[in-house]
Amino acid sequence: MLFTSAKFIAFLIALVFLYYLVPKKAQWPLLLIGSYAFYYFADTSGMYLIFIITTTISAYFAGIMMNKVNDKSSAYLKANKETLSKEDKKAYKAKMKSKKWAILLVCLIFNIGILSVTKYTNFVINNINTFLSDASKLQPIAMIVPMGISFYTFQTCGYIIDVYRGKHDAQRNPFKLALFVSFFPQLVQGPISRYSDMEASLYKEHKLNESDISEGLTRILWGYFKKLVVADRIITAVTTLISDTAYSGTYVFVAMLFYAFELYCDFTGGIDITIGIARILGITLKENFNLPYFSKNIKEYWNRWHITMGTWFTDYIFYPISVSGPMLKLSKWSREHLGQNIGKRVSVYLSSLIVWFTTGLWHGAAWNFIVWGLMNFVVIMISQELEPLYAKFHGKFKVKDKAWYGVFEIVRTIFLMSMIRMFDCYRDVPLTFKMVGTMFTRVNLKIFVDGSLLNLGITKADYIILVVAFIIILSVSTIKYNRGFVFNKDKYLLRYSLLAVLFVLIIVFGAYGVGYDSTQFIYNQF
Amino acid sequence: MKKRIIVVASLVLILCLVLAAAQRLLMPKYQDDVIEGSMIEEYYDEELNHEVVFIGDCEVYENFSTMKLWEEYGITSYIRGSSQQLAWQSYYLLEDTLKHETPKVVVFNVLSLKYNEPQKEAYNRMSIDGMKWSMSKVNNIKASMTEDEHFLDYVFPILRYHSRWSELEKQDFEHFFTKDKVTHNGYYMRVDVRPQGPFPDPMPLDDYTLGSNAMSYLDKMTALCEEKGIELVLIKAPTEFPYWYPEWDEQIVKYAEDHGLTYINMIPLQDEIGLDMSVDTYDAGLHLNLSGAEKLSLYFGKFLVDNYQLTDYRKNETYAKVYGEKLDYYYKMIEEQKAELEG
Repeated sequence: MLFTSAKFIAFLIALVFLYYLVPKKAQWPLLLIGSYAFYYFADTSGMYLIFIITTTISAYFAGIMMNKVNDKSSAYLKANKETLSKEDKKAYKAKMKSKKWAILLVCLIFNIGILSVTKYTNFVINNINTFLSDASKLQPIAMIVPMGISFYTFQTCGYIIDVYRGKHDAQRNPFKLALFVSFFPQLVQGPISRYSDMEASLYKEHKLNESDISEGLTRILWGYFKKLVVADRIITAVTTLISDTAYSGTYVFVAMLFYAFELYCDFTGGIDITIGIARILGITLKENFNLPYFSKNIKEYWNRWHITMGTWFTDYIFYPISVSGPMLKLSKWSREHLGQNIGKRVSVYLSSLIVWFTTGLWHGAAWNFIVWGLMNFVVIMISQELEPLYAKFHGKFKVKDKAWYGVFEIVRTIFLMSMIRMFDCYRDVPLTFKMVGTMFTRVNLKIFVDGSLLNLGITKADYIILVVAFIIILSVSTIKYNRGFVFNKDKYLLRYSLLAVLFVLIIVFGAYGVGYDSTQFIYNQF
Repeated sequence: MKKRIIVVASLVLILCLVLAAAQRLLMPKYQDDVIEGSMIEEYYDEELNHEVVFIGDCEVYENFSTMKLWEEYGITSYIRGSSQQLAWQSYYLLEDTLKHETPKVVVFNVLSLKYNEPQKEAYNRMSIDGMKWSMSKVNNIKASMTEDEHFLDYVFPILRYHSRWSELEKQDFEHFFTKDKVTHNGYYMRVDVRPQGPFPDPMPLDDYTLGSNAMSYLDKMTALCEEKGIELVLIKAPTEFPYWYPEWDEQIVKYAEDHGLTYINMIPLQDEIGLDMSVDTYDAGLHLNLSGAEKLSLYFGKFLVDNYQLTDYRKNETYAKVYGEKLDYYYKMIEEQKAELEG
């Protein structure tokens, strides 16, 4: 069920009605049934459900086992408080921790294993095949890749790691845990939620409340506006531009900007819908974006774009690697042998490299995604290394606080990020380098005036809509950037009026129905 | 809180009105080029009942002149035709018609029985959009939808036609409130001539059996007419293309025999009707022009009068007045079309 399909909207309306009609105690079980129904409709063979239930069961038992270890440990330490020495306590705690570590490891290997096998087997086969003769090539395996597996696997792993770390207890009700893993709005493309963030609102009894409904609806409509009016309209031009290498030179520049606009509207639009749906149900989800195109450097960009993924990688990969035994040893060794200046960077950059490699791999089982991840690492690393130079520059030229310099930094970041993202477009590493190269070597500004851009599958009317939509999105974003919010809660008349206008705009100018292909959200593939 | 509810309710009302207006504006008006989309809707403007109702595709609405039937025989008739009207669409349109009146004779053109499954969305819309809402329309939609269509798009046509905002023309604004009449009791007039040319040879088929789905709707039409005491007449219009296979014809002959119906295949009767396909067609033999339609109506009208107890309404003042106005419009359109051709 596409979020943009009539079926999904009917499903959602029915679910929301039932949600507020059933006894409050039955709300979360109803959500679980709804989530499983949603997932079942995504694959009526039931295989997707089997995968997600397997993941849930493994996390449930791992969590319960760790709970038991914790309970046993607390009871033992309490009972022997007087008799145990400090060293004994330490040794006992270490023993218990290693037990929990073993449980965690088994659970992580199991779930990451499922993710790896389903998503990466053919990638591995293809890479092995490059070294084999035609006769001995391995056959790709027809693999089921459950929708949103990367999202729910990471979410579940985050949950179990947090139980291990003692951030929260394991959920003792398997059905409640099942809801956390499968909560339907985030199955399509995240966000990757933390149990501690969701727990409070997910299982709570919710009363029908005007602000939840109106604010949820606003987010949903805003998301549909971005997805249906912009992303699903501009996609035709992007597809035309990237599927034919004849569109080189300045066309690549156009493709780059169009794709940046499409991806932004597609992904943030999808997340707006997700958060809006959750809000209507009284559930609070973490924001996944914070005006990413207002970032002044790549580091800031990654703090504003796909936030839940970024923090997941930081908390569950970067930090554990940085403080791991081998890394600390390496850090010590490099400081001794390479000097403080370089030595202190080695472990940080190596951890960062691993994170970006994994981030790339998480996005897709292909080299273009891995190179995309590594390119991000390279740019961030260079930016960091150039920081002293920037400081010198800003010391000499007092431009940092000038508005125009801020705009320059924003444009530079958008340009850089969009260029790196071309690996996602062409999906072929050498081709991406080649095509992006032509952007600088085959400049042809004529295409902006000779009507060439009208041959990309979108009409003059579409361009008008895209420009108007761009102005609307930019205005709303600027208001949010400057004030921190868009609507004042008291101004309900303004909110409802704008909601009505938004609804009409989506209905009339949305790229849906006959003549348009319904497109799944881009991040659904990850 | 009360104030807030009133404000929200008012906004919802305004929203509905705006969407309704937008829908009205964006829906095709079918007033100039493709007028076929207006035909189904026009029926509801009829003030008087009809004794003969035609149902079917272009082989009825382009080949029979209802005004000639009136002028020569005093027959009151209406053609509930639409482009590529499929058998189930004919059935539901008949069902819909019988909610408004009970004619003595229903004439169904059998060509559409060759289609057993939904065909094209564009033709579906022309057959269905103009229908008034009733269970007949609901069932018609359900039976007609192609795989890519959604029921909701019929309930809220704005969901289907929203993208027309960039194609809006003068006629969309001119005909926002009212539409011009484009047919003469369902007859689509063309006065131009394009002689019949050679048709491609018929392609042999793997299976000549008329589809069970289409035939089931013929069964339904037969049952409905029987229930209402209406004579159902099956015809195959005299035009030779699209090809009407003898194997199909045999099945209809047998069906008519089995059900006690009259079936007339008019293709072999071209000479008897007096058709000269070098002057009586406007599109090289696919459909008849005014001249051909009037000849066919003279012929078929006589058959109707001879075989069924039809009333000559020319003697009825009310009918004479209404049909007098219809005839004026008929002749006016003939003159206009001829003038356009000459001009």
